[in-house]
Amino acid sequence: MSSVAPAIRDSFLGAPASLWSWLTTRDHKRIALLYLVSITAFFLVAALAAALMRLELLTPEGDLVTADTYNKLFTVHGVVMVWFFLIPSIPATFGNLLIPLMIGARDVAFPRLNLASWYLYSAGGLFVIATLLAGGVDTGWTFYTPYTTMFANTHVVAAVCGVFVVGFSSIFTAINFIVTVHRLRAPGLTWFRLPLFVWANYATSLIIVLATPVLAMTLALIAAERLWGIGVFDPALGGDPLLFQHLFWFYSHPAVYIMVLPAMGVVSEVITCFARKPIFGYRMMVYSLLGIAAIGFLVWGHHMFVSGQSMYAGMVFSLLSFLVAVPSSIKVFNWTATLYRGSLSFEAPMLYALGFIGLFMMGGITGLWLAALAADVHLTDTYFVVAHFHYIMVGGSVMAFFAAIHFWWPKVTGRTYPEPWARFAAILMFVGFNLTFFPQYLAGALGMPRRYHGYPAEYEMLNILSSAGASVLAVAYLLPPLYLWWSLRRGAAAGPDPWSATGLEWTTPSPPPPHNFDRTPRVDSPPYAYSPEDAGER
Amino acid sequence: MSALLPWSEAASGIGGEIDALLIGLTVISVLVVGGISLLIVVFALRYRRGSRAARRGAPARDRRLEAIWITVPLVVFLGIFYWSARLYAELRTPPDDALEINVVAKQWMWKVQHPEGQREIDTLHVPAGRPVKLVMTSQDVIHSFYVPAFRVKQDVLPGRYTTLWFEATRAGEYPLLCAEFCGTGHSRMKGRVIALPPEAYARWLQDNPGPGSLVSQGEALFRRHGCSGCHSERSSVDAPLLDGLYGRRIALADGRMVSVDEGYIRDSILLPAKQVAAGYTPIMPSFQGQLDEDEILALVAYVRSLGTGRGPAP
Repeated sequence: MSSVAPAIRDSFLGAPASLWSWLTTRDHKRIALLYLVSITAFFLVAALAAALMRLELLTPEGDLVTADTYNKLFTVHGVVMVWFFLIPSIPATFGNLLIPLMIGARDVAFPRLNLASWYLYSAGGLFVIATLLAGGVDTGWTFYTPYTTMFANTHVVAAVCGVFVVGFSSIFTAINFIVTVHRLRAPGLTWFRLPLFVWANYATSLIIVLATPVLAMTLALIAAERLWGIGVFDPALGGDPLLFQHLFWFYSHPAVYIMVLPAMGVVSEVITCFARKPIFGYRMMVYSLLGIAAIGFLVWGHHMFVSGQSMYAGMVFSLLSFLVAVPSSIKVFNWTATLYRGSLSFEAPMLYALGFIGLFMMGGITGLWLAALAADVHLTDTYFVVAHFHYIMVGGSVMAFFAAIHFWWPKVTGRTYPEPWARFAAILMFVGFNLTFFPQYLAGALGMPRRYHGYPAEYEMLNILSSAGASVLAVAYLLPPLYLWWSLRRGAAAGPDPWSATGLEWTTPSPPPPHNFDRTPRVDSPPYAYSPEDAGER
Repeated sequence: MSALLPWSEAASGIGGEIDALLIGLTVISVLVVGGISLLIVVFALRYRRGSRAARRGAPARDRRLEAIWITVPLVVFLGIFYWSARLYAELRTPPDDALEINVVAKQWMWKVQHPEGQREIDTLHVPAGRPVKLVMTSQDVIHSFYVPAFRVKQDVLPGRYTTLWFEATRAGEYPLLCAEFCGTGHSRMKGRVIALPPEAYARWLQDNPGPGSLVSQGEALFRRHGCSGCHSERSSVDAPLLDGLYGRRIALADGRMVSVDEGYIRDSILLPAKQVAAGYTPIMPSFQGQLDEDEILALVAYVRSLGTGRGPAP
């Protein structure tokens, strides 16, 4: 064990050691860990809200909490999960940690801006906590007008302030990543030699800088209407409540790609390593990322097929929504083809990555159902939609997040985690997830609306199954923090490259020193230089 | 099985076709998800580390294969798009001979007004076997009129009218649910659509008279609020006459052309400066706050009864 202590002491974890040095750090790796702590705390808050909701939904009657409390629960669950967990999760932790390492740089382009991003995140988070303590907000994370602007009696302005602030955290991180990837790549590291994780975060950053300002303006309009009655969404003053939906979804549809593209980047890194094989169709994977980002800006009206939007607008948005499914399909096919003639092993990161592919596929294919106009009329605003987006956000992005945690844990901590427990948790998560959310597809297709505190009795069995699944899922989420914490003290030393992975981050010690590389590396070849024939037994 | 999956056959004409689309989507989904999952499982077993499968020569690209797996999904997607878009066009186009019933949604109830004056709350009696068109507005926030058994849904907005049509194929009682979050009572904003065979419906209409037909209510309002003071031949005020106006396309002062439909009439009453007819000065006062949504719908019915002009059907 004595070989471990100096490794920590001289690494970015140990030097310097004070709390103040952490809170004023400019080191991208430390900022990544600051984010990790914050997003985990917010995940807990939102998960508790979900637990209470699933408890309430065990019975058809609304008998656990009042209707107002229930409405506040699903609102805090959505607001916190979207803006304080999912959007920052992979970019702000793993993007921050890995992008400079993967491109052979010393840090991001603007280290102080990076720290400012975390402080903005924390400030936005404080607004949300304050909103909760003051009594919460009950509008749903979508803040539809005129309910939000003229009828809600809860702390709407405080809540939108929190989201407004955290939006800028996101924008600053994205600006940082874009400039970093453009300007700080090591010699020889051309664009098409970049790991797909870097491409994924780059594409995500483009979406963030273009879309998030629209969210900021829209939230500002809500506050202005609520505080000063400006009437832009008030029909009595000549305003249009539907305008809100266009503005909101213009951001929020690209936002879902902000939440899934980084996850796809993680999956590409993991699948190649554990199949010991280069990615199939590298360029198509890059073009697909960029294609999803671009077309993703053109489909927002598919959230509004029954909203009062014109029938012809609906048709245009439906067609574009089917088109955006093409690059996503290409990615799934390419990951599958990467497995072909590979040499596969099934450690926890690979289990999570394979789980991502299956669950993302199920979520994505049900997206086609919702893109289909006539089917959407029946399915929209029901639990079918809830299941659809949870399959992608949770079955997809959260599982990819866990894949990343396990894959890069040895790099960050210098320790390996206990593999049997990790595999068990991964499988338990997959089972618990499906038990929670598959019944929701059925409930929705059978007509159960969403955001219902109490529901018609015929949906009881499906809800009981879903809540049972949620308790399994809760256990699966609690296991990793426990064994990962254990590994910090008792895990075996990891060494620089425990997975025999390619990628510049694996050429540094585990954990890396503050300056990352002693000498700027040079890159002469494409990524994923794996060979399945040479794999043998590891 | 029905305790777990309370499915019942669609009770509307279009609902049956939507179910066919849903079944088609299920088949495609099972094939795709099942197929790729199976492939992944096969690869996972066959190419697990240490197995004897051949690993040499896996290509980094395969242009022909990629062309296939781009084109085939695209064709399937376009096929689904076309199928569902056609059905959607049908869903959004009520037949000309549909029976029109007005619905006003408010937190947290559904108010129904029949053309002959019958009023209901949280219940909607309709004749089975005949197309019904709902003209809907909200008194406060956005709600959504959802009848799962008919597979139809339409958001109900304040400040404008949205429409929904269906034809109940079977007599029966069908749950009506609000499907757009609208506050505290959202999940309690329930009702029933009761489809009756024609004779039973006729009897129901007779047994439940309201305060006179919608048209006569509208006519009374037209006088009571002084509309006839300006909008009549005897008036000295230069206000358009409303006979034969409904359904006509007219020119506005700013050069645009609009159809005189229920939305235009509502806006003319509440926001008269919004769309001023060409050749008239904007002197009409607003009746904002003096009329509620039921009364406006009655006035719309009255104006419509003054004859419809040439032009596209409303």
